[in-house]
Amino acid sequence: MRFRSIAQLCPLGLGAFLILSLTLIAQEKPYFVPYSTDLEEPGNLEIAYKGVAASLKNANAFESSTLELEYGATAWWTTELYAQGQTTVNDSAVFTGFRWENRFKPLPREYWINPVIYVEYEHVSDADKSILEVTGHDGISSFQVNNGQSHSIVEKSLESKLILSSNFKGFNLSENIIAEKNLSKEPWEFGYAIGVARALSLTGGSHRCYLCLQNFDLGGELYGGLGDRYTFGLRQTSQYAGPTVGYHPPGGIAYSFSPQFGLNDNSIGTIWRFKVSYEVQQLRDLFRKSN
Amino acid sequence: MKTRIHLLAIAFLLPAILFAEADGKWLRRVPDEDRARVNPYRGLAQAAAAGKILFEDNCAKCHGVDANGRRDRPSLRSERVRHTTDGELAWMLRNGNPYKNMPPWSSMPENQRWQIIAFLRTLPPAGR
Repeated sequence: MRFRSIAQLCPLGLGAFLILSLTLIAQEKPYFVPYSTDLEEPGNLEIAYKGVAASLKNANAFESSTLELEYGATAWWTTELYAQGQTTVNDSAVFTGFRWENRFKPLPREYWINPVIYVEYEHVSDADKSILEVTGHDGISSFQVNNGQSHSIVEKSLESKLILSSNFKGFNLSENIIAEKNLSKEPWEFGYAIGVARALSLTGGSHRCYLCLQNFDLGGELYGGLGDRYTFGLRQTSQYAGPTVGYHPPGGIAYSFSPQFGLNDNSIGTIWRFKVSYEVQQLRDLFRKSN
Repeated sequence: MKTRIHLLAIAFLLPAILFAEADGKWLRRVPDEDRARVNPYRGLAQAAAAGKILFEDNCAKCHGVDANGRRDRPSLRSERVRHTTDGELAWMLRNGNPYKNMPPWSSMPENQRWQIIAFLRTLPPAGR
């Protein structure tokens, strides 16, 4: 039954994937949860579709979709809007809410480790299953509630991250420290995410090709909750890790894929993540008079 | 009161700082050791060909396919760019210039950045 449910979800995800791939263009690291300190280029708009699918024990399988609109306002400020929804097998499909995030680069040049400050406002219901980050004691139990019960509870929260990133010998190492505050009377919750990635070839080829090593990035990510202000630590948190692969062939379409695995009993066993992104180049030029 | 004075000072100084960063002032910030660096791909036609593809994919959207600049983004065939050292260009590519909306390209592998510079050196002067 569960396999059949996943099979029913696949055409939805595949359809969105194909529609977007007809027009998309982008080049970026294959991270899903961690952020690197790369900001969107000024004037560019990235449109991305991010999907998550999972099959759980004692709960219905689901597929979560997130549409991302990311705009490079300046070389030191990127702003991004998310709209999210999910479909749960044998249950329903619901719109779960939106997020507005901003990332700021405080230093004017590059160092061996570089910081970016992240601030986000979230307005999402408890039915959200996007797993864009894990904080506090988020765990498998929240995925076992049906949409009818969870969708009516809307949480408004502020999330901040300190994003640190280093580039050396073609590797990118990114670390995120997350602090989230539900705007009701809940305590601060914490989380972390770590990612490492590298292009398979560090030099560009003299001809365009589809299956050159330079078009592939490989990496891995590890992330999870760190409890809250009163119960800080790994106890009763969920933790995930998995390899990631990115592919950006000529024409600019960028794909990322990652199977991720729960590392303890409070986590979902396996999560399948995929992303397709497209960059609208120099969007702001459309609204400016030419010289 | 002190806070207001500080805010006013920032408001007056910020445009001056931004103005000072414009028009090639970034060159003064390049450390000597970076300025002296030499492109390992200098003069290699294959590297320049690879650099051309990288340039088209990553730089042309702002600087133009012919590198003559677009709108307020500068030409990379100008006299100033032609007179910078490979090391200075490498420093600019790595760090960017936030005052002029040039993003850093530090996450692009260093070899690819050198390939782009090798390509830039093959371009004729502006106007030709």
